Amino acid sequence: MTLTELTIASARQGLREKQFSARELTEAHLAAIDALNPRLNAYVTVTAERALAQADAADAALAAGKLAPLTGIPLAIKDVFCTEGVRTAAGSHILEPFVPPYESTVSANLLRDGAIFLGKTNMDEFAMGSSNMTSAYGPVANPWTRRQDNAALLVPGGSSGGSASAVAARIAMGATGTDTGGSIRQPASFCGIVGMKPTYGRCSRWGVVAFASSLDHPGPFGRTVEDCAILLGSMAGHDPKDSTSADVPVPDFAAACRRGVKGLRIGVPREYRMDGMPEDIERLWRQGLDWLRDAGAEIVDVSLPHTKYGLTTYYIVAPAEASSNLARYDGVRFGLREDGADLRDLYERTRAAGFGAEVRRRVLIGTYVLSAGYYDAYYLRAQKVRALILRDFTEVFVHVDALVTPTAPSAAFAQGENMDDPIKMYLNDVFTVPANMSGVPGISVPAGLDANGLPLGLQVLAKPFDEETVFTVGAALERTAQFHASPQIRAGA
Amino acid sequence: MGYAIKGSTGVWEVVVGLEVHAQVISRAKLFSGAATDFGAPPNTQVSFVDAAFPGMLPVINRECVAQAVRTGLGLNSQIHLVSRFDRKNYFYADLPAGYQISQYQHPIVGEGRIEIELADGSTREIGITRLHLEQDAGKSLHDRHPTKSYIDLNRAGVALMEIVSEPDIRSPEEAGAYLRKLRTILRYLGTCDGNMEEGSMRADVNVSVRRHGEPYRTRCEVKNVNSVRFVMQAIEAEAKRQIEVWESGSAVEQETRLFDPAQGSTRSMRSKEDAHDYRYFPDPDLLPLVLDEAWVAELKAKLPELPDAKKRRFMQEYGLPAYDAGVLVAEQATADYYEAVAKGRDTKIAANWVMGDLFAALNRAGRTIADSPIPASSLGKLLDLIADNTISGRIAKDVFEAMVESGEDPATLVERKGLRQVTDLGAIEGVIEGVLAANADKVAEYKSGREKLFGFFVGQVMKAMSGKGNPALVNEALRRKLT
Amino acid sequence: MSLDAATIRRIATLARIRVEDHELTSLAAELNGILGWIEQLNEVNVDGIEPLTGAQQMALKMREDDVTDGGYPEKVLANAPDRAGSFYAVPKVVE
Ligand SMILES: [Mg+2]
Ligand SMILES: [Zn+2]
Repeated sequence: MTLTELTIASARQGLREKQFSARELTEAHLAAIDALNPRLNAYVTVTAERALAQADAADAALAAGKLAPLTGIPLAIKDVFCTEGVRTAAGSHILEPFVPPYESTVSANLLRDGAIFLGKTNMDEFAMGSSNMTSAYGPVANPWTRRQDNAALLVPGGSSGGSASAVAARIAMGATGTDTGGSIRQPASFCGIVGMKPTYGRCSRWGVVAFASSLDHPGPFGRTVEDCAILLGSMAGHDPKDSTSADVPVPDFAAACRRGVKGLRIGVPREYRMDGMPEDIERLWRQGLDWLRDAGAEIVDVSLPHTKYGLTTYYIVAPAEASSNLARYDGVRFGLREDGADLRDLYERTRAAGFGAEVRRRVLIGTYVLSAGYYDAYYLRAQKVRALILRDFTEVFVHVDALVTPTAPSAAFAQGENMDDPIKMYLNDVFTVPANMSGVPGISVPAGLDANGLPLGLQVLAKPFDEETVFTVGAALERTAQFHASPQIRAGA
Repeated sequence: MGYAIKGSTGVWEVVVGLEVHAQVISRAKLFSGAATDFGAPPNTQVSFVDAAFPGMLPVINRECVAQAVRTGLGLNSQIHLVSRFDRKNYFYADLPAGYQISQYQHPIVGEGRIEIELADGSTREIGITRLHLEQDAGKSLHDRHPTKSYIDLNRAGVALMEIVSEPDIRSPEEAGAYLRKLRTILRYLGTCDGNMEEGSMRADVNVSVRRHGEPYRTRCEVKNVNSVRFVMQAIEAEAKRQIEVWESGSAVEQETRLFDPAQGSTRSMRSKEDAHDYRYFPDPDLLPLVLDEAWVAELKAKLPELPDAKKRRFMQEYGLPAYDAGVLVAEQATADYYEAVAKGRDTKIAANWVMGDLFAALNRAGRTIADSPIPASSLGKLLDLIADNTISGRIAKDVFEAMVESGEDPATLVERKGLRQVTDLGAIEGVIEGVLAANADKVAEYKSGREKLFGFFVGQVMKAMSGKGNPALVNEALRRKLT
Repeated sequence: MSLDAATIRRIATLARIRVEDHELTSLAAELNGILGWIEQLNEVNVDGIEPLTGAQQMALKMREDDVTDGGYPEKVLANAPDRAGSFYAVPKVVE
């Protein structure tokens, strides 16, 4: 048995039946990290000692029959989640020296449920990016390569590129991510794994380095829909420390994966049929809908008329919030400091040296759209369009139970591609952003390969706090797609 | 006509609006669970939220909201059941997040009004524009090191109420009356201690001048003035400066200024000027603040009697003149003290003792009524001893001073010192006879028409009796003996 | 709306990010590209639409007035690039 190939669900079983120990499972992953991380750069920090200590504690708990939902399961944590005593840099040079004296609620929930943390994963700087190319800690490689050209390194997507790459390469059983405009779903699609963005308010943002507060969604990665459901079950829940955290019960998400789609109404938004979208993606989308129809779902054409404006709205709202959220990185209380002639000079030098080009760009755009004389034309207008985007979803979910769309308009691209034009890069998120604007839950499920042999994902969306339907439909797609291809770079390969 | 300043070209009217920052009384901060006590060692009352660490989020303190609502009700203001928090973005050493959470567009409290009383006994209404909740900043210390400023975040995140008045104030005196009245109301409500020295109440003063009947001219904001007296001085100084600018043919520029009490003048604060673009936007970490109407009603029902109502009651119930009632209600503790003394006694005599002897004694001792050396019950007993003729009003003054010294009970003091007044007519007449015998020449003068000497005889008798003779009986017996 | 060098300087100052002269041209091109693209929002009719800040449809929860946090000056100062005793230290600010 190759331990790194196991799903979380099967590893839980194996641990309980004492087929292997948590220490063996953890050591197998740590060894795989040693072997693969130099190529992938998926982890920025590996906490091997800590992980082994946690594994021993898990084995003790298992021996004592004290089972928690994730006892002994080795996970990777995106470096945007503050982890007590472990450097948290959020992909930025400005946080390079920062060691949080606290644990984020989501990671604390995972630890409470017995998880083992292998380390912190690479990401786009402050989660701003769709390729992981903006990280101050170097790009992450996608473990998948093109059939014709396996030398070219591809991006894993972003911003949670390290987490997606690690889970795909079997150097973590699952991982956390954050999704502000697609940063879980798009890398999941690029890396051939499952990535889930729950409803806004489902997972606490406390202790998560903020990018855009009203759009940031913590969520899980797994290699199966059920694994994501298991992880989300632990990560989610009301947190009184986050005013936007929803005080609603956490259902049994894993159980929802076993339900059928018979009788469900699945909407197909016509606005997601975009000019210039690769034929492979069109074909896969049609196929996915056929599968669901065959499983007894009813497929309905619907319209989300403001889809087109999701991305532009996003590129006002997210930079605006970011320009304010990132003001705290000023070289005074934590993080990098560049000395200056006076305090202002210190601020300006610290922030120029500490922020990379994309972060600087977005902070400047955000500052501009909020500034006197421009607020109404940009920010206020964007907020109104955002209201229309939410209204689209509210209206459509009166008629359908879920929406199915492609996750991204392309498969993984090569490192360095799309770098010359920020807007071309931004278009990666065109299908994922509306769910962030409206807060509805969504998942990306690998559904097939394109002509280059690269994975493509389908996205399922449902109404707020109806993650169960997302998991039900996602699991149905997964069952029919029978996606068993695996990346070229992976543990044991 | 009211207050006016005479310039070289004529008479100018002063237009003033005040923005008061009042620190909310609460145990914990507005958006964090850190303590708010004054004077704690540096950075001990700081949570990761207050220091704006990565991933930290604000959660609002219910009591701070309640305090703002109570204050709004006390200022006869509209309570907005839905309000919202915005971020005010600017960089400053003691502003950890790079933004202050405040309420810009949708404050919790809307329009209201305060009635002020002026020295000539007239009253005026000053409009309140709004009251909103916001966070205080930390403190920078610039004098501890030659090249560095030190930052203490203990105060960062403490709740403030910003109370903005309409530009209804027309003189330094009115500004002073407004501030004192506001402070009285806040103290009655228990929502702010009003202590300007410790910085728990600070005023930004917006000043402009104009000719009578003109529309408003450009105003300047004098920032962070920290006493009532300085506010009054700053208005006069700033108004005079502006008049000079206008009269010299220039125009006043809108700007932020600082008042220098030593110089008695204001100066431009250019440092704050350069980047005046706060980029307010709704704080995405917070949701709209929605108040339950029943909760507001409950807070309203539990409000204490406020100074205006109390003053009216004192005038009606105790028959006090407006001035006395006004003085007695200025502090809740004084009003309570007075009521305890006045209860079941002569209310005017009680008022005279409290406002006269007691205030004088407190002044001398540098004490407040809250730590008065004479409790209200003791002063009440002293008044009883006068009323039942145990001692005279004259002797009572001595007893009062002795009480200030020793804190002793007045009855005990009177007995111990033998101050009980003599009402035995025989004894009084005996003393009178002695006095008259010893002053036969004066008696003759009196009888020949110098009636003024009557006072001399009273004095001599009282002196011989160590002041303990009942004044009415002494007078009566003397008159009889001298006819 | 198009950003000129002076405007970029102004927003860079507001954002406290040092921008060197030689960066201005390329920065202007990038930012103007993004802003030009964003202008497509002008097509949307937003008459009478209430602006939406966040997707969470609930009211703010309130905390009780209890002291539950703070009291760990060493922790809040541990990451400071410069400190003096229990204070953060910055270059002297002249007011
Ligand atoms: Mg002000
Ligand atoms: Zn203020």
